[in-house]
Amino acid sequence: MRAGTANAPAAAETVAPALPGRVSAAVAETRRLSFWAENAAPIGLVALVVVFSILSPTFLTLGNIQAMLIAAAILVILAVAQSFVITTGGIDLSISATMTVGAVGFGLVFRAGGSFWVAALVAVLAATAIGVVNGLLVAKGKVTDFIATLGTLGVATGAALILTDGKPISVLSPELLRLTTGRLGVVGYPFVVAVVIGVLAWVVMFRTRYGLHVQAVGGSEEAAVANGVKAPRVRIAVYVWAAALAGLASILLVARIGAAEPAINTNYLLNSIAAVVLGGVSLTGGRAKIVGPVLGALLLTALTNGLTLLAVSQFYQPLAVGLVVVLAALLTRFQKR
Amino acid sequence: MTTTDTILTAQGLTKSFGGVHALRGASITMRRGEVTALIGDNGAGKSTLVRCLSGIHRPDSGTITLDGAPVELASPLAARAHGIETVQQNLALVEDLTVWQNFFIGRELTRGVGPLRFLDRQAMREKAATMLSGLAVNAPPVTSRVRRLSGGQRQAVAIARAAGWGSSIVIMDEPTAALGVQETARVEEVVRRLRDSGVAVLLISHNFDQVLRLAQHVWVMRAGQAVAERRTSDTSGDELVALITGARAA
Repeated sequence: MRAGTANAPAAAETVAPALPGRVSAAVAETRRLSFWAENAAPIGLVALVVVFSILSPTFLTLGNIQAMLIAAAILVILAVAQSFVITTGGIDLSISATMTVGAVGFGLVFRAGGSFWVAALVAVLAATAIGVVNGLLVAKGKVTDFIATLGTLGVATGAALILTDGKPISVLSPELLRLTTGRLGVVGYPFVVAVVIGVLAWVVMFRTRYGLHVQAVGGSEEAAVANGVKAPRVRIAVYVWAAALAGLASILLVARIGAAEPAINTNYLLNSIAAVVLGGVSLTGGRAKIVGPVLGALLLTALTNGLTLLAVSQFYQPLAVGLVVVLAALLTRFQKR
Repeated sequence: MTTTDTILTAQGLTKSFGGVHALRGASITMRRGEVTALIGDNGAGKSTLVRCLSGIHRPDSGTITLDGAPVELASPLAARAHGIETVQQNLALVEDLTVWQNFFIGRELTRGVGPLRFLDRQAMREKAATMLSGLAVNAPPVTSRVRRLSGGQRQAVAIARAAGWGSSIVIMDEPTAALGVQETARVEEVVRRLRDSGVAVLLISHNFDQVLRLAQHVWVMRAGQAVAERRTSDTSGDELVALITGARAA
């Protein structure tokens, strides 16, 4: 990115004298900007990898890549979930709190003697219940998505604290251990789960009737309804699916931490939205993307990982994430429509 | 004027919104294979009448008969099931989607079984291309996004979509209002081809020249009623204006 900003003025200077040259340069510039905007996530990811691998010899080692992919798994799943919601023109601010509720549900059942599978099921169901509430509030109650999910964010966070008395529940289960440490080839199970979710989400979004309806409702609800799409149902479904995915992510979270914590996980919320924005999805809805948000999630994880490797203080990490997201949002203005 | 060719008859439709009587017993008929125009000043009740026919509004009283059988048009879907398609003024196209996607929203072709049903993209693309090229001269490629189309192309897409479902009646609300001369001519050609294929077209238009060019029959609305009907071959723009304003009695 540093290289890009340095190049731009230089290129402008060289063509400045001749007027026709300047015009064609301007055309080339917009073309270049839209190209950047369309591919912000992959370009940014490659740029980060190049920069960090130069600055830190450990960055591109197999061990670190594996660690990064495992660390990225939860965010990838949340970003995919958020992408569905944002494609309809909505937003799910409760997504990380929903994940917390799932984790707490998992912990409570497990502590009460439930097996891994029962606990996992409860985690997904508890999270899904919040999604149902979100969906009903937005689609039937006509509450603005922002406010509705802000409300459930508060309720879910509070519920998680109340249910656990504010204390983490440590969970020691062989299944969870296998989930965190197990590998398919060189790739850890959590990332395998994330990739499977990503592929399924892509198929649903671009190859099924439901996915088309999600895009149609996001593009123009009025037109979609006029053509027989049941928009409220589509909207409810995106919130329910997003929450169910957050429930799935909560199992990975418990496995990663080794405990069910009633933490707010604000970072996951902000990063899930950031990943979607990086992925080139417009917050106004209508243009669906799945690969972009997945790459966005990888980019954000790589950014945090690289900064940690470079021993940059943790305090700088939100700053870096914030800058990257704002830059990406500015770039999306230059996307071809 | 009822003949055996009559496909639709609306009889004594009334509709009020609060204290506003938008329709006060409007009656019209439409014939198969003809373009029937509906004209009238703003607020005369044209839109409300059309909305009753396309199932958006339910009339407070009155009957709608299709091919001699009374029908209940409770919703746009019900109207559609009876073969009445409406090209809305806003066209009801999703700009972010492609032409073929817009053709099939809500009526997608799928293949597979049970929960494993996937969009049959190729079949939809081919069918959309066939439907579009059958009507429009300069048909846009079906894979282009609607956002990139011109106003006339959009209109053609919306009309072709409405016509493409074996519909017997297509209602159009001001199809050329926002178009230039050339695009208007193209859309009118689409309407003619549609009529020639045996579809009954109900055309709402403010443009008398267009009405006289395209339509065979005209209904004039004033104050919530259809006050006059004319064959376009027997009338003129001046007479139509007089009928609309009420300067001349029906």
